[in-house]
Amino acid sequence: MTRHIRHAGFFCALLLVALLLNAARVQVVQAPAYDRNPANRRADIGRYQQPRGDILVGGLPVTGSKDTGEHLRYERTYTNGPLYAPVTGFASQLYGTTLLENAEDDVLSGTHPMLAPFPLWNDFTRARHRGGDVVTTLHPAAQRAAYRGLSGRKGAVAAMDPSTGRILALVSAPSYDPQPLSGNGAAASRAWARLNADRDRPMLNRAVRQTYPPGSTFKIVTAAAALDAGLVRNLGRPTDSPDPYTLPGTRTRLVNESKGCADASVREAFTFSCNTVFAKLGVEVGAANMRKTAHAFGFGDGELRIPFSVARSTFDASLDPAQLALSSIGQYNTRATPLQMAMVAAAVANGGQLREPYLVERTTRPGGSALATAGPRPARQTMSPSTAVRLRALMRDAVRNGTGRRAAIPGAEVGGKTGTAQHGLGNSGTPYAWFVSWARGDHDLAPRVAVAVVLEDARADRGGISGRAAAPIAREVMRAVLNSREQQPGS
Amino acid sequence: MSKAGITVATADPPAPAVRHLPRRRGVELALIVLAVLLSVYGYCAVGLAQHGTLPPGAVGYGAGLCVLALLAHVAVRLRAPYADPLLLPIGVLLNGLGLVLIYRLDLETPGDRAAPAQLVWSTLGVALFILVVLLLRDHRVLQRYTYVCVVTALVLLTLPILFPAVNGARIWIRVAGFSIQPGEFAKVLLAVFFAAYLAANRNALAYTGRRVWKLQLPTGRVLGPIVAVWLVSVGVLILERDLGTSLLFFGLFVVLLYVATGRTGWIAVGLSLAALGAAAVGRLEPHVHSRIETWLHPFASIEAGEGANQLAQSLFAFAEGGVLGTGLGLGHSVLIGFAVKSDFILATAGEELGFAGLSAIFLLYGLLVERGYRAGLALREPFGRLLAIGLASLVALQVFVIAGGVTGLIPLTGMAMPFLAQGGSSVVTNWAIVALLVRVSDSARRQYDGQATR
Repeated sequence: MTRHIRHAGFFCALLLVALLLNAARVQVVQAPAYDRNPANRRADIGRYQQPRGDILVGGLPVTGSKDTGEHLRYERTYTNGPLYAPVTGFASQLYGTTLLENAEDDVLSGTHPMLAPFPLWNDFTRARHRGGDVVTTLHPAAQRAAYRGLSGRKGAVAAMDPSTGRILALVSAPSYDPQPLSGNGAAASRAWARLNADRDRPMLNRAVRQTYPPGSTFKIVTAAAALDAGLVRNLGRPTDSPDPYTLPGTRTRLVNESKGCADASVREAFTFSCNTVFAKLGVEVGAANMRKTAHAFGFGDGELRIPFSVARSTFDASLDPAQLALSSIGQYNTRATPLQMAMVAAAVANGGQLREPYLVERTTRPGGSALATAGPRPARQTMSPSTAVRLRALMRDAVRNGTGRRAAIPGAEVGGKTGTAQHGLGNSGTPYAWFVSWARGDHDLAPRVAVAVVLEDARADRGGISGRAAAPIAREVMRAVLNSREQQPGS
Repeated sequence: MSKAGITVATADPPAPAVRHLPRRRGVELALIVLAVLLSVYGYCAVGLAQHGTLPPGAVGYGAGLCVLALLAHVAVRLRAPYADPLLLPIGVLLNGLGLVLIYRLDLETPGDRAAPAQLVWSTLGVALFILVVLLLRDHRVLQRYTYVCVVTALVLLTLPILFPAVNGARIWIRVAGFSIQPGEFAKVLLAVFFAAYLAANRNALAYTGRRVWKLQLPTGRVLGPIVAVWLVSVGVLILERDLGTSLLFFGLFVVLLYVATGRTGWIAVGLSLAALGAAAVGRLEPHVHSRIETWLHPFASIEAGEGANQLAQSLFAFAEGGVLGTGLGLGHSVLIGFAVKSDFILATAGEELGFAGLSAIFLLYGLLVERGYRAGLALREPFGRLLAIGLASLVALQVFVIAGGVTGLIPLTGMAMPFLAQGGSSVVTNWAIVALLVRVSDSARRQYDGQATR
């Protein structure tokens, strides 16, 4: 009997070993897969167990967290939701995160490995740390000026500091308040449904996620390509350009909005925005050179992150001469985000050097010590410095004497370019009105702000409407930046 | 103890050849204090994690557990001085830990407090333990009640058929507001019956009867009653849809039959019977069939878009625990929902104490079983041996069936984790098992005391 008792005991020991091995399988080997299972709510519970880190503008948080006492405990709040929505995005318990809330989620939610007190600490304890903060480069006054300027219209404003690439303003209108989306109740679903059903698409970030035909503002790029290629030596000498201009290889005749464009000099053509002159110039520059210059400005780059992604601006690479002519005046397949056009103005203002735009100055630990700081971004030479000097003069003239007069600021040097872009079948859509510009205060060494404004619903007839509607918005944004002392973002 | 020993020694020096075994009651006391302290620590940890303060009832809880454990200890000291010193502390620790886990889950379900009732049942359990230790002077007395045991067991098993089903299983009866699972008590009685009957008839079972091929079949007269009892109990359980318990009885039956007769043939017969039964039941019973499907594909309901089922939630809880666990009071095992405090209590332990804590709990059960087996080995008479093995195997099988079920090792069958799970009948029964093991182990060691060495 003793022997058989031992056998039975051995059997029990076997059961114990089986239990232990299986527990190790579930808790150690399979654990990561189980933790990642979408039906496992622990990740969500852990994520909302603590207040989320904040997004700071001008040293003050524009976000907050509210303790709901529910299972998913903390909900996102926004102090001035619609104003900053194109920057912050939303952080919803139901619908995920977008924009900065999404791009910096690891810092804000406390999973960033650098938030741990020791290396590998997180891997060992699988703990979550208090969320860190995200300090933006935004200029609050410029942001407010842009938001005010766009109020009641559809459009977008992007402004950046030409010498560093800091994004100073990023506004899309109509905007929305992200706060109702934060929770997980029926109210959040209703808000989501309402915003998605809205025909004005308030959740679309028009400043970075929407491309528009840039129209005449693209003439800056064409002029830069022509100057760099050495096609134009004297800005004041009349060009040999007919008005109307028959597109090469077609019978389509291109006309102008303004008079006096026949054989106009490049300076006059830029000031009064002559389509014929620049269409012909683009054909003379050639597709390869046009493409090279456009890509140097950032067209065709789908990888730009600020840190959230920016839609690709396009300049079509394979063109026949007629298409090239239209593309060179910002029509046909040429499309640009407002941020892309701000980059064009910034490159001109910064002596041809383009600094990649960025929105996050630094991320910090809960105490305020820096986690990561935006290092100097590489600069890209878009055109020769002498070309940049001549383009600056052209843009200044356009504001002094030409289509951009309403952007002028007393006590400051302002350069700009208007644009009106047709779109829709047979150009039936309401034209888009553009204004891109830069400004330097009389006491500043270099331009301090570059702006692009686009309005979708420029209703007036085409002659100079962009100057009338978009230029004052750009002016107020530039004035807000110039009026502030040398800006220290985030301090 | 030692003082008394010294006085005795000086007054009347015993023969040097006589060896006195150490009684080790001091070890037991120290371990009990440790078990109580661990439980109180867990209770405080839950309060600190949930509210940042010590829970108000900590002192009362600790004092209550301490008094109960000490009373049990005094009873053992008085009436079972040679008993194994590990049995009682393991019971105290597991029961204390179970109370902590249930209290911890109560905090998440304010509408449904189970810890106070569990504390009352634990008190009753310890009272039963004391009663058994005090009144049952010799376990062999139980042999006289073989047939009383089996009749009572069968009555207890059939009783719930008269009551309405709860959650698909007819295993509860309601008396004065209390839910009682009579099947829990029946298992001890059946263990006693099996042990007594097999002890009396083991030779007949092993050596008489016809020989068919290599198998020695016992005569129908000997085997008849035991198979009948087994068939009836299993049949009743299938009617009541409590497959865990039916599996448990079957395992107990096979183990005891094997130990009593030493015939490997029984294992072969037992296993083939089990396989047959499992196949038939799995095919015929939709309830069981779905359990097996869930076991094979625990995440099928997620893929079907119906959300995680209980087993998947249980696996998530275990996985969340990882190696070290989230810490008491910091897990989310409450997501399991229904039966989180009873069948799935182990998931809370796994999540909040981690693989380390879960292994410790398994090893505690292992130790309990091992001490039972050791007592069985040490005894010389067959009834005591079979009783000890039967009771220890009951614990082992029950732990395996339910722990294997909630961790996805075997199909899930509803059953209470001994001592840990919410359920009064289960706690009381387990205290009775520990009391019987204490009694048996006392007899096992007492017989060697005072003997001449060599």
